[in-house]
Amino acid sequence: MVKTAVKAAEEYEGQYEYATFELPNEELFLPGHGLCAGCTIGVIARHMLKVFGPDTVIINPTGCAEVSTVVYPRTNWAVPWIHVAFGNGGSVASGIEAAIKALKRRGVIDPNRRINVVVFAGDGGTADIGFQALSGMLERGHKVIYVMYDNEGYMNTGIQRSGTTPFGASTTTSPAGKVVPGNIRHKKPMAAIAAAHGIPYVATANPAYVHDMVYKFKKAMEVNGPSFIHILQSCTPGWRFEPKYAIRVLELATETGYWVNYEIENGEFRVTLPVPRRKHVKCFLQLQGRFRHLKPDEIEYIQKVIDRDVEEINRLMGREVIGPLDPSLPCLTERK
Amino acid sequence: MTAQALVPREKKIAQKRIALTGNHAVALAVKMCRPDVIAAYPITPQTPVVEKLAEYVNNGELDAEYIPVESEHSAMSAVIGASAMGARTFTETSSQGLMHMYENLPIAVGLRLPIVMGVAARTISAPINVWGDYSDVMTMRELGWIIYIVQNAQEAFDTIIQAYRVAEDQRVHLPAVVAYDGFWTSHVLQPLDVPEDEEDVIRFSPITRSWVKLDVDKPLQLGAVGTPEWYWEIRWQAVEALRESLKVIEEIDREFDKWFGRSYGLFDTYRLEDAELAIVTYGSIYGLVKKVVNRLREEGVKAGALRLRVIRPWPGDKLRKALDNIEKVFVIDRAINHGGPLIGPMATEVAATLQRPVYNALATIGMRAIDSDMIYEAAVKVAKGLWAPNQTYTIGLRGGYE
Ligand SMILES: Cc1ncc(C[n+]2csc(CCOP(=O)(O)OP(=O)(O)O)c2C)c(N)n1
Repeated sequence: MVKTAVKAAEEYEGQYEYATFELPNEELFLPGHGLCAGCTIGVIARHMLKVFGPDTVIINPTGCAEVSTVVYPRTNWAVPWIHVAFGNGGSVASGIEAAIKALKRRGVIDPNRRINVVVFAGDGGTADIGFQALSGMLERGHKVIYVMYDNEGYMNTGIQRSGTTPFGASTTTSPAGKVVPGNIRHKKPMAAIAAAHGIPYVATANPAYVHDMVYKFKKAMEVNGPSFIHILQSCTPGWRFEPKYAIRVLELATETGYWVNYEIENGEFRVTLPVPRRKHVKCFLQLQGRFRHLKPDEIEYIQKVIDRDVEEINRLMGREVIGPLDPSLPCLTERK
Repeated sequence: MTAQALVPREKKIAQKRIALTGNHAVALAVKMCRPDVIAAYPITPQTPVVEKLAEYVNNGELDAEYIPVESEHSAMSAVIGASAMGARTFTETSSQGLMHMYENLPIAVGLRLPIVMGVAARTISAPINVWGDYSDVMTMRELGWIIYIVQNAQEAFDTIIQAYRVAEDQRVHLPAVVAYDGFWTSHVLQPLDVPEDEEDVIRFSPITRSWVKLDVDKPLQLGAVGTPEWYWEIRWQAVEALRESLKVIEEIDREFDKWFGRSYGLFDTYRLEDAELAIVTYGSIYGLVKKVVNRLREEGVKAGALRLRVIRPWPGDKLRKALDNIEKVFVIDRAINHGGPLIGPMATEVAATLQRPVYNALATIGMRAIDSDMIYEAAVKVAKGLWAPNQTYTIGLRGGYE
């Protein structure tokens, strides 16, 4: 066992208190997968299994994670794993959770054993085609942890827009053209939508901040009822950045206020990763090919939307947790 | 042999006669089979099944997890998940509900999960029509499910019990569907014999939990990507299991007979031995067909009848034996094979089985009313050579092909 103190906020002002727990050395998400270089799905899967442990059943709807980790006869998962279809993560999980309950009553499964039922699904499988199954699962209160990795598009089928593709992104079904500058809609607010179901735990996370992310896995595991974690995930071919920037681009998402890490526990909202001063959103955008076509006024429009969102978040928190825009901050700083 | 065999059998288990609708007979059989997980979504005409099961669960008569899902897509997904975890499961649907499940139906086969599903058969939209024909069930023929089509409430009750035994048999591990006429069977009160001691049902059909499952102590992956180098071999195992199930279905039907005193075979025949004209059909209209056979016999026409019961796996060899020597085989289909070689799906399959043309007419489409006179008139046309094989005919369609 490696002792990993989980005090995410220490790095960020030291004003947040987190539980400390150990992450095991043991790997349950095994090496040798077929994910792209620079894909952060593996970072998420590996850490979530370290937290959830071997008594976990994974439901993986169709998408990149599925096709690149479980190609018969090989697998990267050392826990029971099932893929059924693209649009039914929530309902397959509902059945599994119900079966565990019934089989515990029958004594087929040891009633004292805690088995985590975890859906690991992309944004398409969650926000679009799987939306109904997710909503039904949340509304019925199944004790399932739903982890949505959001690469902001249908990446498995070759980069098409989804309901969480951001404004301005060029995808193959929202190509940047002469008339339309890429995707013209804003991201569907999945965490807020999940929270509106009144479930006990909802969070957003970013694999660039692993401590914050694993702490949220742990929280989700411990609540009594459904939980939903929305995780931003960088995608090399879809976002078009050099693989070495996989984590940097995610850091920039947080540093620019494009992505805010928060949690909603029993209805109570709180930002878990404060950002004292914000970088301009162009820092996040210019690292990626999917935004390369954007004109200055379109970038300024995106900046305005972020400013407004940040204002709303600060209002919800009752104080400034995401700081003001500081144009003097360099986009990429030298790493220590 | 038919269920109406004249020789009284020694019944092993005590039974009592009650009256139930087809739907409630199914619900009772399911209850006695003690499913661990039920996923339910209402659609006419099956709704009373899932309502009754909810009642059983909420009254404490059945200890099961009941998931009132938000759609049929999710109903099938939930029973797939539950079955994959090792639970005995049940769901039921009709018509558009089955269509909405469709994506998941072959997945239950590929994952080799012994799900049992009921279908109160109903036609499909458009135009919207909630009434009974077999347009829904017929769309499942290529998917790998075991498909029973039953005649009445008693057979529906008995077949649910048999289906669990078959599906969970080590040699099978495939999902099974038990279909019966929407309304004509689902909603009509009928007498039936049920065991006095419910335990007898679970004794006959104990939960094997022998299939491949998700188990945290023995982790495995269900539903991995099957590349072109592997997919076919894996799928082929389901093909062979379905073929193998033919013998298991018969074996369990015979054993059911020993316990309950009733058996049905793969198909049912009536006065077929010396027949020159055979009327082949399925579902509840078989009773009318038998009446027509009697009338034709009285008039000197050597008629007989055959009711298809197990349509997947297709009992080809036995059907051939039963029908080979009969000059005119007349299939009354209850679903449309749009633009197919014959207008009805079962006629197409019977013709392929016999390797010769058959007579074919459609009836009851959208639950168009039918009576024995209408069937009689059609059969007379076939007998007299007024209708030709390989053509499209209809019974009861205004301005239809007659
Ligand atoms: C019913 C259905 N429609 C379409 C597809 C094709 N398909 C497979 S994966 C996928 C996109 C997955 O997107 P997402 O959930 O965002 O996951 P990602 O591929 O980005 O990991 C699509 C459209 C499918 N498998 N099933």
